[in-house]
Amino acid sequence: MHGFEYAKPGSLTDVGTLINDEAVFLAGGQTLIPTLKQRLASPRTVLDLSGVSELRGIHVQDGAVGIGAMTTHDEVANSSEVQSAVPALAKLAGGIGDPQVRNRGTIGGSIANNDPAADYPAAMLALGAIIMTNKRQISADEFFTGMFSTALEPGELITSIGIPVPDQAAYAKYEQRASRYALVGVFVAKTGGNVRVAVTGTGSDGVFRSAELEQALSANFTADAAKGAKLDAGNMMGDLHGSAEYRAAMVPVMAARAVEAAA
Amino acid sequence: MSDTGIGSAVKRREDFRFLKGIGKYTDDINQPNQTYCYFLRSPLAHATINSIDTSAAERAEGVVAVFTGEHFTEVGGIPCGWLVTGKDEKPMVEPRHPILAHGKVRHVGDPIVAVIAESLQQAKDAADKINIDYGELPAVVDMKKALEGGGTAVHDEAADNMCFDWELGDKAAVDEAFAKAHHVTKLDLVNNRLVPNAMEPRAAIGVYDMATEDYTLVTTSQNPHVIRLLMGAFVLGIPEHKLRVWAPDVGGGFGSKIYHYAEEAFVTWGAKQIGRPIKWVAERSESFLTDAHGRDHVSHVEMAFDENGKALALKTDTLANMGAYLSTFAPCIPTWLHGTLLAGQYTTPAIHCNVKAIFTNTTPVDAYRGAGRPEATYLLERIMSKAAAEMGIGQEEIRRRNFIKPDQFPYQTPVAVVYDTGDYDASMDKALELADYAGFGARKSKSAAEGKLRGVGFASYIEACGIAPSSLVGSLGARAGLYEAATVRVNPTGSVSVMTGSHSHGQGHATTFAQVVADKLGIPMDQVEIVHGDTDKVPFGMGTYGSRSLAVGGSALVNALNKIIDKGKTIAAHLMEASEGDIEFVDGTYKVKGTDKEKTFGEIALTAYVPHQYPIEQIEPGLEETAFYDPKNFTYPAGTYICEVEIDPATGQTRIDKFVAADDFGNVVNPMIVEGQVHGGLVQGIGQAMLEFAAYDENGQLQTGSFMDYTMPRADDVPSFDVTTTVTPCTHNPLGVKGCGEAGAIGAPPAVINAICDALSAYGVDHIDMPATPEKIWRAINAGEKPMAAE
Repeated sequence: MHGFEYAKPGSLTDVGTLINDEAVFLAGGQTLIPTLKQRLASPRTVLDLSGVSELRGIHVQDGAVGIGAMTTHDEVANSSEVQSAVPALAKLAGGIGDPQVRNRGTIGGSIANNDPAADYPAAMLALGAIIMTNKRQISADEFFTGMFSTALEPGELITSIGIPVPDQAAYAKYEQRASRYALVGVFVAKTGGNVRVAVTGTGSDGVFRSAELEQALSANFTADAAKGAKLDAGNMMGDLHGSAEYRAAMVPVMAARAVEAAA
Repeated sequence: MSDTGIGSAVKRREDFRFLKGIGKYTDDINQPNQTYCYFLRSPLAHATINSIDTSAAERAEGVVAVFTGEHFTEVGGIPCGWLVTGKDEKPMVEPRHPILAHGKVRHVGDPIVAVIAESLQQAKDAADKINIDYGELPAVVDMKKALEGGGTAVHDEAADNMCFDWELGDKAAVDEAFAKAHHVTKLDLVNNRLVPNAMEPRAAIGVYDMATEDYTLVTTSQNPHVIRLLMGAFVLGIPEHKLRVWAPDVGGGFGSKIYHYAEEAFVTWGAKQIGRPIKWVAERSESFLTDAHGRDHVSHVEMAFDENGKALALKTDTLANMGAYLSTFAPCIPTWLHGTLLAGQYTTPAIHCNVKAIFTNTTPVDAYRGAGRPEATYLLERIMSKAAAEMGIGQEEIRRRNFIKPDQFPYQTPVAVVYDTGDYDASMDKALELADYAGFGARKSKSAAEGKLRGVGFASYIEACGIAPSSLVGSLGARAGLYEAATVRVNPTGSVSVMTGSHSHGQGHATTFAQVVADKLGIPMDQVEIVHGDTDKVPFGMGTYGSRSLAVGGSALVNALNKIIDKGKTIAAHLMEASEGDIEFVDGTYKVKGTDKEKTFGEIALTAYVPHQYPIEQIEPGLEETAFYDPKNFTYPAGTYICEVEIDPATGQTRIDKFVAADDFGNVVNPMIVEGQVHGGLVQGIGQAMLEFAAYDENGQLQTGSFMDYTMPRADDVPSFDVTTTVTPCTHNPLGVKGCGEAGAIGAPPAVINAICDALSAYGVDHIDMPATPEKIWRAINAGEKPMAAE
């Protein structure tokens, strides 16, 4: 680890005064800390957000779930409000990493990092979430701009996430066996009659919505319809754990399982 | 039998400190005025080192010293402990293995510069300021391409990258048998390279005492005396009496901590150069790149059968990867620990084995749990099941038809070794029963109804443990004897300290060895202390590997105990005024036969140290005995494993539904510890079969260099195991034990792959290479024929 300045602001106002161009935000630290330890990053300042209580908490009102950016995966997984409003999201959060990761990792950190194999981005995209920052609101469709890339500007901080309660939703995850990140993760959601399908772990440029699956499932929201969809392997990533062709073939399989679970 | 004696499932005495986190590992030990070492390692697989500029690093804050390969031209290279002679009578090519790379780097992770500083952070910061000018060379990675040469040689001494070309067996007899065979089965297979991944990374602390001129090396070793010999005599020229090697608690080895490594020699040497202790602890990424890897064979196998499925002959051609340098025991693994096991449990009369050992620009390869025997078992048990499928014989039936029968022991195989004892039908019977083999058809139908494929796989393995008779291994090229030593010190008040050359790094010797002592001397286990791992405390030892601790170290212990008991008889006879021939030792008490006269073991011990009334003309005071035990033969654990898998054809994802292991380890001292060893071995074997793979790209970069990509098996990857034992006691060691540490890792891979191939047989699939990933299986299903109608 290279040396850096450490600051722990107590409020969003304090965050605003401490931000500089060479600062990074420390949320749960599940990606940042290993990166620092491997000397792959050398920020001047690390702003630890764990003292900012405004960033935590879960509220359901007016058909939407609001989740503070610093809410941990474990809190989402075990929230009775999330479990009853969007059970698929609670289940997804309970399947991220291991208990240690779930007790430290946060929804805001995961979304801001936009790891191409992370689970939350698929949920955000399929559920049509709104990402609230200290500057503005960004729709999920505009937020995720490619692998490890988001619409966030320097110094912009996610404060909370708003999720419209879906009619039906489920997430099916095929785990990469070593990391247990998603090799193929498919989140299927039907909200106000609209079907959205988002895929993580698979796309050559990170999380994406599958037009093929959305078309098939809009016409017929069944597992068989999902199985019949064909995805182009040319848009998939391939590595030791699964070739592009294999990943492309597994997306409809996992989509079908999600549809079955959503029923 | 007492409740702590031989055969009792005594809970492990060492687990309190391990489970409480109060064990003492090398990294827990700190020395006054200690410095920290960071090794700058090669990022390239193959390159010349044109220049190294360390000037800025030397001036960096906190830096004590910086060393490069230039400083080691006067010091010996890391020696190899086994000389294999090729079929042309030529000795193996044995290139120099420098402590720090000099002039050339040969694998990613090869150490180039050692930076010593007041803190590890400062050492790393300084290493960032080192400038190395490399001349990158093409990397030699693929063994077949390596042999073709093409101008790229890992070592100048081996232009074709061949270390040796070795053979065993009667080729003419094999050719003759193939010529008259009814059926020949052929198979090409890969035994995938593995990373050992001991839980505790390697670590070393070097200390030099200027006052006494003594060196101390604290290190993560399975055999501290062997390190003292290799490093002291061959690398640094330090005599034994000036060098202490201490391996305190060691968190797993699986073979990877047998060998002498550069870092150990460096910190020992460097401590004298700078006059301060030096500590080094590997980070996990260094472990991936520098702990000796395991396996990595590519083989072509053919087996000839008669019309009844009796094996007539076996021939194997194997390329074995040595990596960039010869690790301590590397040459003997694919040869004498591999070719000699190719008879397996069978009466195959003619066998020929050819092994070419190849240098590549990869991490050195050496023994890893099983060491040669898993490779032999894998190719033999795979081809037996493939042959069974081709000939329409059951997997269990083809094995039974070929088993060596109990009345054929001792059995001389055509590949040099003589099995002392065994009953292979007995373990097969027990495995079949535990596996509910009769119910397999119903389970397969149930799986099929759910759209799943079910298969069953058998493996009947044999291994050679308890290595080994010194004269035999000496004739095969070993540069050491492979006996073991034990000292039993009976203290004046009757407690016992055992100094054993066996090393425990997870095996539970503090418990099992104490059980042996308690059983033999009839004293409570809490009166017994087992001391190991320190050359200053233990007289001598060859260490722990090849499932040898109880078979060899335990035999030395029993022999030393017998000397104690015998000396006690002389003392007892004197005290009770009886003839020595009339004294018997029963349950910890010396008795005069036919009388009620008796003395406890404690009374005899006290008398030995307070010899007021003592046979001083006959024997010396004191009660301490040492025994060196040199085995008369290998031991031959064997057993049958049955694995049942269920495959989801939509994804290729495979679940092991049942796994049964019936092992013959001879007599068992602690059945709970034996069961734990089997479980651990099975998980490693299943890991090899389905999950683990050290993959290199064409540039020699390790693609699976962290746990994000290298798939270690986890609890939910394996089923709840059904394990049992059968017993034919070893005929040539005093405890009748054979060894249990490696069996699981040896027998599991072919059982798993045979089960997967059985499940896929309807698609015309007859082989899947390890690790059998879901994608490989999915591709095999999709490339294969359409499934035949359900049976």
